[in-house]
Amino acid sequence: MKKSVLLEIEQLSKSFGGVHAVQNVSFCVRDQEIVAIIGPNGAGKTTLFNIVTGILPPTSGSVLFKGMPVTGKKPYQLAALGITRTFQNLQVFTNMTVIENVMVGMHTRLKTGIFSAGFRLPQVFKEEKQALKQAMACLEQVGIAHLAFEKADILPYGTQRLVEIARAAASQPSLILLDEPMAGLNPQESKKLVDVLLAMRNNGMTFLFVEHDMETVMAIADRVIVLDYGKKIAEGCPEEITQHPDVIKAYLGEEEGASC
Amino acid sequence: MDGWSQFVQLLFSGLTVGSIYALVALGFVITYSVTGILNLAQGDFAMLGALLCITFVNSGIPFVIAILLSVVAVMAVGGLFERLAIHPARNSSIATLIIITIGAAFVFRGIAIFIWGTQPYALRPFTGNHSLNVVGAVIQTQNLWAIALSLVSFIALYIFFNKTYIGKAVTACVVNPFAARLMGIEPRKMSLGAVAVSAGLGALAGIVIAPVSGASYDMGVMIGLKAFIAAVIGGLTNAPAAIAGAFIIGILEAFTEGYLSSGYKDAISFGLLLLVLFFMPNGIFAKMSGKRV
Amino acid sequence: MKLDVKRIHTGNAKWSLLFTVLLLGLPLIFSTNNYLLSTLIMVGFYTIVSTGLTLLMGYAGQISLGQAAFYGIGAYTSAYLTAHAGVSSWLAMAAGAAIAAMVALIVGIPAFRLREHYLALATLGFGIIVFTFFKEWKGITGGLNGFFGIPPIQLFGFPLQTDFQFYYLVWIFALIGVLFARNIVRSRVGRALLSIHGSEIAANSLGVNITKYKLQIFMISAVYASVAGSLYAHYVTFINPDLFGIVPSIYFLIMVVIGGTGNVWGGLIGAAVYVCLGELLKEMVPMFIPNAGGEFEIVFFGLLLVIILIYMPNGLSHSLSKVLKRVSSTSRHRKEPILVAENENAGSVGGEH
Ligand SMILES: Nc1ncnc2c1ncn2[C@@H]1O[C@H](COP(=O)(O)OP(=O)(O)OP(=O)(O)O)[C@@H](O)[C@H]1O
Ligand SMILES: [Mg+2]
Repeated sequence: MKKSVLLEIEQLSKSFGGVHAVQNVSFCVRDQEIVAIIGPNGAGKTTLFNIVTGILPPTSGSVLFKGMPVTGKKPYQLAALGITRTFQNLQVFTNMTVIENVMVGMHTRLKTGIFSAGFRLPQVFKEEKQALKQAMACLEQVGIAHLAFEKADILPYGTQRLVEIARAAASQPSLILLDEPMAGLNPQESKKLVDVLLAMRNNGMTFLFVEHDMETVMAIADRVIVLDYGKKIAEGCPEEITQHPDVIKAYLGEEEGASC
Repeated sequence: MDGWSQFVQLLFSGLTVGSIYALVALGFVITYSVTGILNLAQGDFAMLGALLCITFVNSGIPFVIAILLSVVAVMAVGGLFERLAIHPARNSSIATLIIITIGAAFVFRGIAIFIWGTQPYALRPFTGNHSLNVVGAVIQTQNLWAIALSLVSFIALYIFFNKTYIGKAVTACVVNPFAARLMGIEPRKMSLGAVAVSAGLGALAGIVIAPVSGASYDMGVMIGLKAFIAAVIGGLTNAPAAIAGAFIIGILEAFTEGYLSSGYKDAISFGLLLLVLFFMPNGIFAKMSGKRV
Repeated sequence: MKLDVKRIHTGNAKWSLLFTVLLLGLPLIFSTNNYLLSTLIMVGFYTIVSTGLTLLMGYAGQISLGQAAFYGIGAYTSAYLTAHAGVSSWLAMAAGAAIAAMVALIVGIPAFRLREHYLALATLGFGIIVFTFFKEWKGITGGLNGFFGIPPIQLFGFPLQTDFQFYYLVWIFALIGVLFARNIVRSRVGRALLSIHGSEIAANSLGVNITKYKLQIFMISAVYASVAGSLYAHYVTFINPDLFGIVPSIYFLIMVVIGGTGNVWGGLIGAAVYVCLGELLKEMVPMFIPNAGGEFEIVFFGLLLVIILIYMPNGLSHSLSKVLKRVSSTSRHRKEPILVAENENAGSVGGEH
């Protein structure tokens, strides 16, 4: 591959007491790639995301972003470096409007501090105007600009997912982690989202996403990584993965123990 | 009074106050475990219990019956409070629920002022004005009553929660509400019971302490707050630890009062609370446990 | 379709302006009604405190049960420095604010690692500890006997002593406080605060430094309370610790709850309702229940708290702003740019700032 490596995960492990949620997982994500992580329930996918985004510290191993070690950095620091995410259990700010949600996503791009805000210095107004325009563009990208001024809590589940994605993309990060973006979407909605993601990728974005819906995975993933019981059991392009004996075994739930 | 007898004297007064805090703290732990609510009106149940009991006794009702009557009455008040204030708001944020209980505490206090006024009342000791002499320290029998009654309550509750069906059902709701519901136990109903039992415990605490330190409409504030400190020190859901916490607070306060100055009593207890919250947020007896994100 | 920043901030500048003019014009009409003026001055003090607390509770979603401590820090700093150290009242007020901010920082760093119940208890504990210091540091505070003889505040060498003068002083501070709060919430910072309330984990993952904002807004709320305390001390010239204990902290909380979270005018509305209701109860209660003491009124505030939280969790300011919005939108309905085309209930659109 000619593209440079954006995210590198080395020997990452995480245990919760006796539960080894992630064990010695290594892989990398290159610029403008779309990488899928799949695996049965409880395989450790969300835990892996939580480590990469700084929500949980790893038990061992390291994460490199753009060649820089970022293990132990706080989520907000990683966001400033260019990693944002969405959540499996929706975390839309239900106390705000849709556009405000997206404008929170632009937080790292804006500068207004508490005093310049309080005294309403002239640049604040300019910044707000700019931010509003960009946030609107983000909403247009995912196709919900007409809902910009709705309170987020009245939106249906699928639309809230789109809000989260627009919000995560608002700061134009280098890498977005999507935790089950298709969950709760109807077929038309997921088709639309697939197009959105592909378009964003063509604009330079990189995605790492967890997904159970194999159709989506086949449609957009350049590469697939399979986790089972916290271990990486396979990695390759979507066609390879569906043929992989360990993957079939993991999904059909045959006798374990032989895995890896 | 020499140093040693002063020490014993303070120790006993600490144990007495500690056992009151323990009763209230226990009620608090039960409410919190079952409903997830920090009931800041808990101390006012003690106030209601004490004042009711005094009224009953003064109107000629035999002592034991007066005690029982007031405990039952306060349990009813607790149940009413759960139905009218907690239940309708059960899906609100935690901060909202806390503030609701503060509002309820105000209501209880206001009602008490309305019925009893702001003057303090006295209750005669359970068994006359006897006292024991222990190495020069004078121990009132009422102090022994307080300690003994709280011990009996702890044992009764222990048996209730571990040996009876209802008790086990409550425990089940705390450990796993979902599984409990599958078993046909309704956690919502438990909420009513838990608040009522807590109210009863609070009332008992108030009645027991009334002969020692009197009773007035605002006595619940500090009793309640100290009991919370005890419960928090114990880790909020751990009853034995809360009891231990209550005795620690009681004794600490008695010694602060005796050796330092009564003015600093509250500050020292709350200082301890802050230390525990800031450095051991799961209580001093707790093992660290992870929270899921 | 024209995008305008005003679309996100659907507050009513017109109503706010009208209200401000009314407020500032009032003493010119009722200049001799000292009862009215002194009541409104009290509303002013409380407005300042509860506006700060609204930022903390209503926007950032963080509870504080010890806000009266900062009110007291301001009051005692001003009292001591002006009465005993001959410092100018403005300098003393600034010193009080600085001390309050420092204390908020020191307490906030460990406290905001806590949440919900624990944060409530920690701030309560903080309030009680500070209250104990007010009682026990007799050399500085005068202890339970109180602090007497606080000199009046000076403006260009003139002491402000009449209610008429003080009214303007307090309300200029209060309105500046509301304006400052309004500016904060209509910015990146305000959204950050709301996002913390909405979902800490999401806010954090989007780049919001949660701890920093919680601390900042706690310090700001402390400064609001402290400035109000300083003004109060100069106004009443006598203070004692009971004014700054837990019960006053709870009253500030009640004001915020009554006024409502998520609206910068909430603090003012809460303060006004609280003070007016208190005055009303003082009049009414003895008429109906002759033997009830003055403190009986707490039963009403307790009930109010419970009822509002159960039936009107967004507070009065929320309902009021809806009404105002309806009133103004009926008059200029047609002129509104229709951005939300395919939405049926466009009437309820809009933020609540
Ligand atoms: N904070 C935590 N504390 C304890 N155990 C945890 C925690 N988070 C996750 N686990 C455990 O780690 C394992 C992996 O969980 P994780 O949520 O990462 O799985 P997942 O692959 O995302 O599953 P799903 O497809 O259901 O979302 C599970 O056994 C889970 O119970
Ligand atoms: Mg998951």
